[in-house]
Amino acid sequence: MTLPLDLDEAPRERPSTVTEVVDGARRVVQHAFAPLWVEGEISNFKIWPSGHWYFSLKDTASQLRCVMFRADARRVPALPQDGLKVYARGELSVSKRGEIELIVRQLLATTEGGFFAIALARARAALEKDGLLDPARKRRLPAFPRTIGVVTSPEGAVWHDIVAVIARRWPHVELILIGARVQGEGAPEDLCRALALAQRLERLDVLIVGRGGGSQEDLWAFNDERVARAVAASRAPTIAAVGHEVDVTLTDLVADLRAATPSAAAEAAVPDRDEVLLRLRTTAGGLGAGVTRRLALASERLAHAATRLSGAVDRRVTSTGERLRRAAARMGVAAGSRLTTREAAVARLAASLDALSPLKVLDRGYAVARDEAGTVLRRVADFPAGRRFRLRVADGEVPARSEPRP
Amino acid sequence: MSASLEEDLGRLDAIVHALEAEDLDLDRALALFEEGIERLRSARERLNEAGVRLRALREAADGGLRLDDLRR
Repeated sequence: MTLPLDLDEAPRERPSTVTEVVDGARRVVQHAFAPLWVEGEISNFKIWPSGHWYFSLKDTASQLRCVMFRADARRVPALPQDGLKVYARGELSVSKRGEIELIVRQLLATTEGGFFAIALARARAALEKDGLLDPARKRRLPAFPRTIGVVTSPEGAVWHDIVAVIARRWPHVELILIGARVQGEGAPEDLCRALALAQRLERLDVLIVGRGGGSQEDLWAFNDERVARAVAASRAPTIAAVGHEVDVTLTDLVADLRAATPSAAAEAAVPDRDEVLLRLRTTAGGLGAGVTRRLALASERLAHAATRLSGAVDRRVTSTGERLRRAAARMGVAAGSRLTTREAAVARLAASLDALSPLKVLDRGYAVARDEAGTVLRRVADFPAGRRFRLRVADGEVPARSEPRP
Repeated sequence: MSASLEEDLGRLDAIVHALEAEDLDLDRALALFEEGIERLRSARERLNEAGVRLRALREAADGGLRLDDLRR
């Protein structure tokens, strides 16, 4: 065995440790590069149990190791997948393995809508797959709710607006605020907690989930798949009032009703007191008219029945009278003396009619004088001397002339 | 008050409808009318109870529900 020949070439100064070199290189790299944006395609994406993300960015020729720490990664709305083209912003460094790496602080997808659109599409597909976006799932709101829950921020204007509308329109309900953070970190989890809490209420007729308007990022919690599922799972029918005209959130899609504003949600949740009062007045009118009509009908029927009854009584009375008359005749008593008042009246009437007949009068020996025109001549003055007239007697007419008076 | 406003209004509609049917027995018609008057009274009474009740729901430390009254 020989001694190494290159001892002469051994370092004169103390050699650097690996760590010193890597650390030195890191300082140089960190100094040389300001934070920068890098465009590339994601590959080898992995999430470590620590929650940090590890992946590479590559283009056709090169690749760059990347790390994204948990605190930064959790702000990205969707998990990246290999092959996704991204913009990554961060600081260049050198890892302990001596590799150049990019410490990513912000990650954007280059596609339209970025990671928001990706997350939304994924969540939407998942909800769709479970049938939660089916319009047939939508339930009708109760006509007269008594208990209405409102999941929203206790600080915002939403609660105030809803209370104002309901106090004016239908002040006959119990409004229950279930406070939740509606934006920022932790908002989806807090919304889910509040929604679950609402389900524990003994009575809940309608559940409003709402917030004021805001940017899409502010609305993001309402696009969270967990929040959408919690809304869909509500036992009470739901109204979403996420308050954004342009972007419809997943919460809007799964809710039974979507309202443009919290005030509109409140209006949809309750009836209008004035309308109900009007309906009561109309109903009272209908009730009165109905019973009046029914009573009029009854009274008409009663009158009809009375007429028929009276006819039947008459017939019965007549036949009774007839029997009496026959019996009376048999007994040699003058008929009619025992007749009913009614029959007697008829008999009297007939008798007087008979008596009034002029023929009967003539029968008794009277005569009637008439001129040529048929006018009855009643007084002496009607008979000037020589006047021709006619005399009507019982069995015919006799031409006559008045003689001059002495 | 036992019946809800919704029940009262629904029943009132049914009563008015029944009274419009001509073949209804008179005793039945009068009984329905009386019931209608009673339900109108009950509905009006309900509408006269004014005042929204405001409460806040929280989870208590022991995991139970806590409902606190709120002011407007």
